[in-house]
Amino acid sequence: MIKELFVSLKQGHRTVDYPRTAPVLPDRFRGMPVADPAKCPGGCRLCVESCPTGALTEGLTFDLGRCLFCGKCRQSCPQGVIGFSREYRMAARQRNDLIIKNSSLKLIESLDKESKRIFGRSLKLRQVSAGGCNACEADTNVLNTLVYDLGKFGVQFVASPRHADGLLITGPVSRNMSLALEKTYAAVPAPKLVIATGACAVSGGPYIGHPEVLNGAAGVVPVDLFIPGCPPHPWTILDGILRLLGRL
Amino acid sequence: MSLPPFKTLRNCQTVELESIPLVAAADFRAAIVGAVEDGSRICALFGAPARRSGLALETALTEAAESAAIRLFAVLADDHRGILSVMATDVRDAYPALTPDCPQAHWFEREIYEQWAIKPEGHPWLKPIRFHESYAKKADSSRRSCVPIGITDFFRLEGAEIHDVAVGPVHAGIIEPGHFRFECHGENVYHLEISLGYQHRGVEPALVGGPDRRTLHYMETLAGDTTIGHATAYAHVLETLTGTAVSPRALTIRGIALELERLANHVGDLGALAADVGYLPTASFCGRLRGDFLNMTALLCGSRFGRGLVTPGGVEFDLDNNLIAELQNRISVAFKETAAAVNLLWDSPSVLARFENTGIISADAVEDLGLVGPAARACDVVRDARYDLPSGIFRFVQIPVSTWSTGDVFARAYVRWMEIQRSVDFIKSQLAVLPEGQTIADIAAPAPNSLAVSIVEGWRGEICHVAITDGDGRFRHYKIIDPSFHNWMGLALALRNQQISDFPLCNKSFNLSYCGHDL
Repeated sequence: MIKELFVSLKQGHRTVDYPRTAPVLPDRFRGMPVADPAKCPGGCRLCVESCPTGALTEGLTFDLGRCLFCGKCRQSCPQGVIGFSREYRMAARQRNDLIIKNSSLKLIESLDKESKRIFGRSLKLRQVSAGGCNACEADTNVLNTLVYDLGKFGVQFVASPRHADGLLITGPVSRNMSLALEKTYAAVPAPKLVIATGACAVSGGPYIGHPEVLNGAAGVVPVDLFIPGCPPHPWTILDGILRLLGRL
Repeated sequence: MSLPPFKTLRNCQTVELESIPLVAAADFRAAIVGAVEDGSRICALFGAPARRSGLALETALTEAAESAAIRLFAVLADDHRGILSVMATDVRDAYPALTPDCPQAHWFEREIYEQWAIKPEGHPWLKPIRFHESYAKKADSSRRSCVPIGITDFFRLEGAEIHDVAVGPVHAGIIEPGHFRFECHGENVYHLEISLGYQHRGVEPALVGGPDRRTLHYMETLAGDTTIGHATAYAHVLETLTGTAVSPRALTIRGIALELERLANHVGDLGALAADVGYLPTASFCGRLRGDFLNMTALLCGSRFGRGLVTPGGVEFDLDNNLIAELQNRISVAFKETAAAVNLLWDSPSVLARFENTGIISADAVEDLGLVGPAARACDVVRDARYDLPSGIFRFVQIPVSTWSTGDVFARAYVRWMEIQRSVDFIKSQLAVLPEGQTIADIAAPAPNSLAVSIVEGWRGEICHVAITDGDGRFRHYKIIDPSFHNWMGLALALRNQQISDFPLCNKSFNLSYCGHDL
């Protein structure tokens, strides 16, 4: 026992004092895409053609729900029009709100008063991976570590839909998982929330249009929160959940 | 009887399709069974339409005649000699199964049956592995995956006190879906059957006709926790097909990223193993430390999983002196803390009591099933592609192979700990001598009518990619074998005669990929 205490002292206190302290993201982190239309001579379409998922369309419009944040558009542009900021707060309540022009994404509104009364101080989630590659899953799971300490916000992942207030879905929803997802959703007592996490769950991600997938969660269950990214940074996920609950 | 010769090649080498011996199915079978008896191992065994993988000068007539045929390709590895061998046969409807004489082939042959409706005659267990409609019926491809998932003929024990325990597809934690059937007598598991396919996204059919702008993203998300491993395997395929020389600097950065991926996952696994036996100090420390290693990858390329780093021709991000110093510093600190956290495990009798003699698999089972990665090395089998079939930077810098002999959960944990130490040594030494030069080279057009094999030792074990190009150098077929494809059956065997309550522990000691298997 004494050994454990000794090691524990050496490991030190590692929980980030979030939200009082802003998260530190690496210099090369690709957050919110930003474009400078003034620099764009137009007509070349190199960026649009480089995008693997059709997230970037004419007029420098980004669909964050499809975006893999791969940076191919930035690379393709000879004029340096496109960049990625370190803005990690990108979740949205409506799918359409993820389609941005001139980096105009607004921080999301929280739930209505009654929903906040029910979920605001205690939210139990069941996670369903439906074709996810284990990156979104891993960076959701990491919220349970002492760095993020999800529990201190009253949010917890539970082992049964019966104990849950909602689902956090990852993956493009493979046809082979759609029934299991529907059944899990049905097993959660109402009122319930659904959070679609990652490009796959929002839009199908790299698998958009495959006959084997359903292009995200919204085709199967109603979604209350969309969190973009491939995978979203843990801070993006935490920020989205906490803003939904009106905790930020 | 003299067996037909294989075409031999090195890892990351391209051969012309014409040069691959095309033999009768009976000879194909005899040659593979013989080679495996002599110590070779099946890396890949798969079907591709013979029509599309035929020769450049094929006439329309032979094309039509062959259109119903499927060409089976086998890629074997002779680990001791460091060479690969390939052979092919054309089959129609059925062929004599290899599995009765060569258990390593069992999962591959189930896949062949499911993908192409070619029956391996005499296979004992021809059940679906992914539950999708046969590619042979691709005419109505709009509903390729309309085989009802999970409805199959599960293995059953009979007896008054025998009961089934069914778990999944949705699991209790934040993990991927899969279905497990335990045949139990009381607490004891006689047999575990693993039924997957829930994560099937149709990756392989989507790769046909590539490479295109989505190809790399499929590779990065085949198994998201192995982004660097699969992206590197794919990059090697394209580099050998195009004859691209990648700079030593880029190879070294890839190697560093691959080992960082191993570190993050191994450290995370040791923490999760500790959690599964209720030993919270290590669980809690390692959970945080895993993130520190992921953040080092993010320092390198902006993504914790290495998305966007590896690309055919090199790497997209370079290291400057400040970054090298920062990485050196971070890895030293994180390793010191990891050592302190992990060494608690080996000092705790309550942990060792749960780890030791739990979920044992024998070295014979490893050889029979062709298991790979830490699961094989935990049974004293020296099998590590970084050493046996080196590619990339590992052709120049060898990492000692870490083995242990007991084949139990302890061995699988301890092999990880040894590999953590070796990977840290590798990264530190490579950062100190990072070669000068460019980080990315231009890629030419891939060679037409060729087959390329690329093998990379990911953190779970051997990743094997095989590409076959058409007359224009596009992918006629692209085969992916994640290490999990070899190892799921190992987990099933490890559970025999165990308490069902030890399943989470055994499962975590393998930590296999569902999406890497389901594709």
